[in-house]
Amino acid sequence: MNSTPLGKDEVFEALAENRAIASLQSSLPGAITDAKFDRNELTLTIARDQIRAAAQVVQKAGYNFLEDVTCVDWYPSEPRFQVTYHIVSHSLKERLRLISMVDSVDASIDSIVPVWPSANFYEREVFDLFGVRFHGHPNLRRIMMPDEWKGHPLRKDYPVEGYR
Amino acid sequence: MAGDLSEFVGTSTLLEARPEEGSKDRTMVLNMGPQHPSTHGVLRLVVEIDGETVLNVVPDIGYLHTGIEKTCEAKFYQQVVPMTDRIDYLSPMTNNLAYCLAVEKLLELEIPERAQWMRVLFNELTRLNSHLVWLGTHAMDIGALTVFLYCFREREEILRIFEAVSGQRMMTSYFRVGGLSLEPPLDLFDRIQKLIKIMPERIDQYQNLLTGNPIWVSRLKGVGHLSAEDAIALGVTGPPLRASGVDWDLRRDMPYSSYEKFQFKVPVSNDCDVWARYVVRLDEMRESVKICQQALDGMPSGPIKANAPKIVLPDREQMKTQMESLIYHFKIVTEGFTVPAGQVYQGVESPRGEMGYYVVSDGTAKPYRVHMRNPSFATLQALQTMCAGRLIADVVAVIGSIDIVLGEIDR
Repeated sequence: MNSTPLGKDEVFEALAENRAIASLQSSLPGAITDAKFDRNELTLTIARDQIRAAAQVVQKAGYNFLEDVTCVDWYPSEPRFQVTYHIVSHSLKERLRLISMVDSVDASIDSIVPVWPSANFYEREVFDLFGVRFHGHPNLRRIMMPDEWKGHPLRKDYPVEGYR
Repeated sequence: MAGDLSEFVGTSTLLEARPEEGSKDRTMVLNMGPQHPSTHGVLRLVVEIDGETVLNVVPDIGYLHTGIEKTCEAKFYQQVVPMTDRIDYLSPMTNNLAYCLAVEKLLELEIPERAQWMRVLFNELTRLNSHLVWLGTHAMDIGALTVFLYCFREREEILRIFEAVSGQRMMTSYFRVGGLSLEPPLDLFDRIQKLIKIMPERIDQYQNLLTGNPIWVSRLKGVGHLSAEDAIALGVTGPPLRASGVDWDLRRDMPYSSYEKFQFKVPVSNDCDVWARYVVRLDEMRESVKICQQALDGMPSGPIKANAPKIVLPDREQMKTQMESLIYHFKIVTEGFTVPAGQVYQGVESPRGEMGYYVVSDGTAKPYRVHMRNPSFATLQALQTMCAGRLIADVVAVIGSIDIVLGEIDR
């Protein structure tokens, strides 16, 4: 079973037919900064300032359903936050993961609510629990924690027991 | 001057004082919940109404937020399994399955066929269980109390079956990374067979109680319209998506745990309303019964745990006779098992829609990040689209039709 993950160049070579990669390369050259094919899952790293455009492109390419937006905190390394989007195609029956790295100095990224309105709650959750801001989000408020809460609980430097 | 109302109506200050349509003073804000019997838990809705007409519905969630995702980061991989039950407490086995599949994908672990079939069998029983609760409470919200009692009669037997295999009625934690926790008791398959033999007739019974009922029909038909485009844009999955005419079911389209070996239909409806969701769910229950029957008929024999001594706890017998097994048992319990670095997403079709687990590993014995993609959380965003312009009473019907569980919304 032990399949080795494919790196960027190998992915471009092996999956040249893939609709997401092909359309991203033709309409947004340079947007894909890294690519990985691991355990049958394709991960594309998108430059931070091009995430909304990239979302539009993959949506046009047939990846029509946004499943999830979440974040991973790679504290203490920089860029710290990995904003993760899972997108599935109902016609191709394929899943795609887009990730975008966000540093902690300016922890913000473009909102994709204009592309998929369903991102509204997911992005509010990421804002609430990680403190990543989304430009152009219609209603960026806390969703899980109380409005007056201090700190962002899912950050790695936030203790499991809470601040004392 | 009895009978001459025009005088009174003409001079009524109440009517004159009524602000014009579209003016802000004309509407009022109503709080529904968090302690409202029809919100199925602690959901708070801020509803803006004009008379009885709903203009805006804003869900306010987070009352049940317990930080499960944060807690998972402090647990060993095997210790996360009981946490997953508590997310969607009406379908514990589906949660267990999604998590175990995700970790098994990270480990690239091969699961024995018997364990896979047992997982399918219990998943479908979970679906029946969850849909029975949905049907009972949905009907109760609308005012048909009887159905609730009938539904809970059958649910009780399913819970007894869960108790027989796992020792717990609701928080089962029956699946493990690498297989199942225990071989089921000897008479279990007979009990399940008995149950699913009567189920089709019982589903007909519920349908007889509701489908022909004029109150039920008029409360459901044409209410909570959600088009296919809106459903996709708003992230709706599961029965509400299929009731909007989108033919998408992860069990068939992205099969997992040997679902590809089962024959079943995916019920779809194009009516896009609460009625369509009711019909789709009832049909789904019938299909679940068929899948259970196939699983019972073709249940393979063999081991229920993968052959991976460093990950799967050894049998009690072996542990008492073999030194090596004892050492592995001690190591797994005290230190956990390490998982190679990487990130995976595993989506399964839960009774409410797509339940996805995103697990990130950094190569240690504890998950670096566990994220749950929960169907109710996304479906709740469609509430505004479904309720705007309808009556307050319809909000209750719509909430029932999307079958929310607050445990998985807030996590």
